[in-house]
Amino acid sequence: MEFTITNARLIDDQVVDVIVSSGVIAEIGNGLNKGEKIDAAKNLLIPGLVDLHTHLREPGREDSETVATGSMAAAKGGFTAISAMANTFPVADTAGVVEQVYRLGQEAGFCDVFPIGAVTQGLAGKSLAELGAMANSKARVRIFSDDGKCVSDPLLMRRALEYVKTFNGIIAQHAQEPALTVDSQMNEGIVSSKLGLVGWPAVAEEAIIARDILLAEHVGSRLHICHLTTAGGVDLVRFAKSRGINVTAEVTPHHLLLTDDLVTDYDSVYKVNPPLRTERDVLALRKGLADGTIDIVGTDHAPHPTEDKDCEWQSAAFGMVGLETALSVVVKAMIETKMMTWADLVDRMSIAPAKIAGYLHHGQILKVGATANLTIIDSNANWIVDRNRLASKSKNTPFEGMQLPSRVVHTFLNGKQVLSNGEIVNGGAIE
Amino acid sequence: MNKHLLSINDLSADEAFEILNTASELAKISDGPMKKLPTLRGRTVVNLFFEDSTRTRISFESAAKRLSADVINFSAKGSSVSKGESLKDTAQTLQAMGADAVVIRHGASGAAQRLADSGWISASVINAGDGTHEHPTQALLDAYTIRSKFPQFNQSFDGLRVAIVGDILHSRVARSNVLLLTKLGASVTLVAPPTLIPVGVADWKVKVGYDLDSVLKEVDVLMMLRVQSERMANSFFPSEREYSRGYGLDITRLNSLSKNAIVMHPGPMNRGLEISAESADSHRSVVLDQVSNGVLVRMAVLYQLLGGATLTGEVSA
Repeated sequence: MEFTITNARLIDDQVVDVIVSSGVIAEIGNGLNKGEKIDAAKNLLIPGLVDLHTHLREPGREDSETVATGSMAAAKGGFTAISAMANTFPVADTAGVVEQVYRLGQEAGFCDVFPIGAVTQGLAGKSLAELGAMANSKARVRIFSDDGKCVSDPLLMRRALEYVKTFNGIIAQHAQEPALTVDSQMNEGIVSSKLGLVGWPAVAEEAIIARDILLAEHVGSRLHICHLTTAGGVDLVRFAKSRGINVTAEVTPHHLLLTDDLVTDYDSVYKVNPPLRTERDVLALRKGLADGTIDIVGTDHAPHPTEDKDCEWQSAAFGMVGLETALSVVVKAMIETKMMTWADLVDRMSIAPAKIAGYLHHGQILKVGATANLTIIDSNANWIVDRNRLASKSKNTPFEGMQLPSRVVHTFLNGKQVLSNGEIVNGGAIE
Repeated sequence: MNKHLLSINDLSADEAFEILNTASELAKISDGPMKKLPTLRGRTVVNLFFEDSTRTRISFESAAKRLSADVINFSAKGSSVSKGESLKDTAQTLQAMGADAVVIRHGASGAAQRLADSGWISASVINAGDGTHEHPTQALLDAYTIRSKFPQFNQSFDGLRVAIVGDILHSRVARSNVLLLTKLGASVTLVAPPTLIPVGVADWKVKVGYDLDSVLKEVDVLMMLRVQSERMANSFFPSEREYSRGYGLDITRLNSLSKNAIVMHPGPMNRGLEISAESADSHRSVVLDQVSNGVLVRMAVLYQLLGGATLTGEVSA
């Protein structure tokens, strides 16, 4: 299969034509014309986005999301690779489950779905899952995480960090000291004190980050901090990097834009773990992402069915969907504020995450021979979020009704168009 | 006035005083031969209690009945709620039954607001205590009680000095009282061990102290809060005795209060823990006034949310 993307604007503002043939970029130049023509209309062509933090809910909670619906949401959001978190039912703590998730992703065919394996059996934090078996499975798992729960036992965390060195794995930590966050409902501070909701203090995140940075240094392994939310956490990661410790960090789009005062009316759409923090934290996170202290944006896409949110705050589930709004929210928080360029965005949302995870065919610089995992973005467009138009099976977006900049127009997976003018096309098994 | 009473923040100072004034009017009528008013005849008030609180429920029930409303008591224990029925389903059921007002007590902070905002129900919602958030009618009845003891503060609480002592962190009574008393002009001091003070207290318009003895002489109102022994299990304080020594109102402390100072407690009291029996039963204690005023203030709230017309007009009709 061969086609030409014409009038594609690159991030350096050069306008080119790109021939895609057999799943790779065959030629870049001007006046090219081979096969079907897809006019990019001078919109921005970038490598497909890569998410290292996605909850797909299958197996077990197919009422909120399946691998297929999550993959469609990813394609709509401009992602060509996503990473399915392990907190499914059953937990992705065996080769069997991760292979199942991987296969479901391949069958759906809207993006590459790379499973993340659990660090501990059943996410129980007691004993290691079979990390080697998952690494050697067809899913070739390299990222391990108990996300949703913290690997709080320091000895177990040490062992996990050491053990994954055999296959160059990485432990992605959900940094939350459990004893400091019993029954916690939101950021502990001015708002929680008024609302009478049990607080989730910043120190509960920072204490684990500090500990794990030192453990990673001690055993010489790779640590990834999931969804950083506090100014203090940014400082700790900055310190670790200055010491040469092999740590990477992630921030979600929602933590770059939203603050805890949104909780004031107890609308559970704002209930998320880790919680929305203060404006000071948001500004520190933006600065950290801009200067590279925070390496990547991860969506923490967390679908929940209506009934799990349509209740009192305390009973509501934690989490927000985010795949379809991620790019636009990052543009709003980072590019419109002139803190980052499009080149920075491509790094934080595609190149850097692919590199951390070792997704060789993703996050590649656009050149001849690169796999055609591509996204075309209308960076002049604005759109209004309508939860009923989300491809995700769940509608728990905190951005409902918000006007956001930049719209994903086309997405290509391994040289196959999966999104055309914002509409899903061409699912089916990846060859 | 608003359709709902979810938080003291729903009220301006004038609106709060209007409720207190209405309660005063109702008190005069209650002292007369006809205790029952026809105001809410044909209206249905549902007491929706997800948490046990016999006192508060009875108080609201008496208030509604004295205004001639039909009252339905819906208690979570032994009902479908304990079988996993959601707040939403319960609310929709009450809506279908035609409730005009729902008085809700719930263990989750924000549950009353959730009920009011959700669109599940069109009735007025009155918060009768939501988790550790607020208990606005308790604050109103406390303000009413204070005013009845200090007539000089009839129009404003400017100059009134109040100390609230005890488990501020987990207290909905404290939150509502801080908001209301400061709104009406009083100066409020919170006294507790630091473990029982919320971290965000710097944003509240109050003073904070850790030493009860140093504030005793300087208050007109000493409001003692109930301390639950489960707090001790979670190391908020080392032992009941240590708490009692530091923050309990014993006879020595009672006697060092200024001449006209009163002692309040939202009940139920832990005698011997946060308040000694002598203090609880002393002439300074207005605990029983608080209970009887509760009915009047809740009548006033129901009246203003559901009644609409002026009191005199309604009564003479």
